[in-house]
Amino acid sequence: MFRELTIGQYYPGDSIIHKLDPRVKLMGALVFIVTVFLANNVFSIVVVTAFLITFIALSHVPLSFMLKGLRAIVMLLVVAGIFNLFLTPGNVIVQFWIFRITDVGIKNCIFMIIRMTYLIVGTSVMTLTTTPNQLTDGLEKSLGFMNKVKIPVHEIAMMMSIALRFIPILVEETDKIMKAQMARGADFESGGVFKRAKNMVPILVPLFVSAFRRANDLALAMEARCYNGGEGRTKMKPLSYNAYDHRAYVIEGLFLAATIVSNILYNRYVSDLFANMLGM
Amino acid sequence: MSLILDKVSHVYSPGNAYETVAIKDAIKDVSLKIEDNEFLGIIGHTGSGKSTLIQHMNGLLTPTSGTIYFNGKDTSEKDFPKKELRSKVGMVFQYPEHQLFEPTVFEDICFGPKNLGLSKEEIDDRVYEALRLVGFPEDLISASPFDLSGGQKRRAAIAGVLAMKPDILILDEPTAGLDPKGRDDILDMIKDMHEKTGNTVVLVSHSMEDIARLVDRIIVMNEGQVQFDDTPKEVYKNYKELEKMGLRAPQITYLMNDLRSFGFDVSTEATTVEEAKKEILSLYGKN
Repeated sequence: MFRELTIGQYYPGDSIIHKLDPRVKLMGALVFIVTVFLANNVFSIVVVTAFLITFIALSHVPLSFMLKGLRAIVMLLVVAGIFNLFLTPGNVIVQFWIFRITDVGIKNCIFMIIRMTYLIVGTSVMTLTTTPNQLTDGLEKSLGFMNKVKIPVHEIAMMMSIALRFIPILVEETDKIMKAQMARGADFESGGVFKRAKNMVPILVPLFVSAFRRANDLALAMEARCYNGGEGRTKMKPLSYNAYDHRAYVIEGLFLAATIVSNILYNRYVSDLFANMLGM
Repeated sequence: MSLILDKVSHVYSPGNAYETVAIKDAIKDVSLKIEDNEFLGIIGHTGSGKSTLIQHMNGLLTPTSGTIYFNGKDTSEKDFPKKELRSKVGMVFQYPEHQLFEPTVFEDICFGPKNLGLSKEEIDDRVYEALRLVGFPEDLISASPFDLSGGQKRRAAIAGVLAMKPDILILDEPTAGLDPKGRDDILDMIKDMHEKTGNTVVLVSHSMEDIARLVDRIIVMNEGQVQFDDTPKEVYKNYKELEKMGLRAPQITYLMNDLRSFGFDVSTEATTVEEAKKEILSLYGKN
């Protein structure tokens, strides 16, 4: 039942994107998010699309895998799209009964859907090509400066990797417990909302008990290996940049610049043109 | 009461990128019939498909191909009462104590019968009967199941399934993680219960020693297929093949075979210490 969950899943491979330092990819994701929100016209959307397609092609991850993540937000897209379409003030283009569709509404709706889709697909390029461990390693290192203001970066990163590591284990455990209770006649499919919620108790109690037991065991095992937090701790595979990573940073910079430039160009030349056309 | 599996195969559907690499049949063309009142052992190496097989028997998994007949009815039919199947075929999973969740042992054992929709009196009767069958100390029935010892937890969990009065009881490695004493206690308890109630019992294990002294019939699973299906004595004759599957015959079989190869005229059919003792003594004319 949890098998459709693909957000945050890793797709094994050895493409050029897979091999990049996780810090590069984290920064890349950040730059991508910024550009998606900066892009507010046809020019910059084309630029963003071109870069996104290049990244996807370079990662060698099948497109179907990227799009799977979208299934989770289809409802959100539809609802947000409808609201934007009908409730935005502006020049009315179509009107029937109490509904009005305006030019700004159409524009907002299209941009909103493109942005959300790109956000999910773009960030899945990062998560699909980076193992959870690399990702937390990268976060720990990039956020290392926060140690200065007494934020325990290492501990937070450790918590994240433990959480990610235990998701599949707990999913499997839930499956087992569900089967055991179904064998005792439990019913998880019928009944109203409250009855269903109540029917979850025979799953949740054993699941919590086992999660606590595992937490206890893991903490004990870590202490037995003298784990005592981040201070003075070295890594077996320390992160280090190579020539590709430097080039990737330059490409990210160019990407951001290209988006800004296309915005400026559009505002300076094209938007006036459209305004004149509409004015006539 | 009969359960027949006819050419049952099961393939787990690929879930993510990792699994597509090594996908294969979990079980393949398994055909078998479970007789009334028999004590059946299913044995196999880890990953041989034992657990997949038994989950088909009470409808938790549906076969990819093949048919399962319960009392002559096809279980894959739309109107087949799955709930009834699950109450007639009781399943005790590995580490069954992980399913305990109620505040007291008594309430936890009530869970199964309650789901059957029985009356309060009937439920109480069944709970006490189940507790007696598994030999659970009566003064602990209102204790929290989480305060019990490992062996007692397991008894309580098995009682939870027994209270549904299944006609066929399936136990998946009921002795896993117990100490030798606890293991013997649980196995004796199962044997006792089988003799008292006359239920059909299916015992899944990977220890030949456990199975040898209990069951009437052994099914050996290997790579998802039934390799042997016979009485223990007949199965142990193939001890060389068993070794190739990562299993082994009981130690007594090895001893008797060694004795024979050293020139002692003993039968190699003995599978328990008692039988072996009798066999060796008879060699010296003491019966």
